[in-house]
Amino acid sequence: MAEAPAPLSRARRIPPAPDRRALAVIGGANVFIGILLVIQMWLLSASLETFLSGHDEGAVPGAIVSGLLFAGCLLLGRFMDRAERTAGG
Amino acid sequence: MKRESRSLPVWREDVPFRAAEERLVMRRQFGKFMVLTSLGMFLGNLWILLKTWRRRAQRPLSPVISVAGVGELAVGDVKIFSYPTANDPCLLVRLGPGDWVAYSQKCTHLSCAVVYERATGRLACPCHHGYFAAATGAVLQGPPPRPLPRVRLEARGAEIVAVGMEGEEHG
Repeated sequence: MAEAPAPLSRARRIPPAPDRRALAVIGGANVFIGILLVIQMWLLSASLETFLSGHDEGAVPGAIVSGLLFAGCLLLGRFMDRAERTAGG
Repeated sequence: MKRESRSLPVWREDVPFRAAEERLVMRRQFGKFMVLTSLGMFLGNLWILLKTWRRRAQRPLSPVISVAGVGELAVGDVKIFSYPTANDPCLLVRLGPGDWVAYSQKCTHLSCAVVYERATGRLACPCHHGYFAAATGAVLQGPPPRPLPRVRLEARGAEIVAVGMEGEEHG
């Protein structure tokens, strides 16, 4: 007796491979996040150095710029998620 | 092949099947990790901001103390005193007839005591050969990362008085 054919719907549920363009977009977003993160690390170390040397004037701009960099990272992260969803991954 | 497609395990729906998909997931996870690290950096900067505000609120007003008499030191002489607390050694130098400067004696590298070199007009840290300009306290040479903290001086009558540290509120 011949076996019943496999259900095609099951195979269709496996998401298709994302296109190379989506991968490039996500990789590019990762690179930008990495650059912002390096700047933020430098900013944190500079703020700490300023604080430990007894100066107060660097704390407020340091926190503001760090917040902006974090917002940039967050936006890039959301952009990456959207690119992934668009790619169907 | 037929068997594989028929008995496809459920886990394959959750774990990426194709290599390209796996790369996509890894990149996204890496990106999320970096965003979380960025949040950590931001929180670190906020912590520094809070500590700065607390320190500013708790900082006592600088005392006004007499350091030396106007005629007490000859040009090129040095006097050691404590300011603003007894645990903060400072160095008073008379550079000229009406030119007095005072700095914290702690080197900004590793807190060794700096000494005045009259021949070169520099303040020297003997531990690691750091040098500061006696006129400004700026770093001239060596490992110190910052200038020496300067004491603000005023001539009041026949006395030289310390009225505060540079960059602090006048007390």
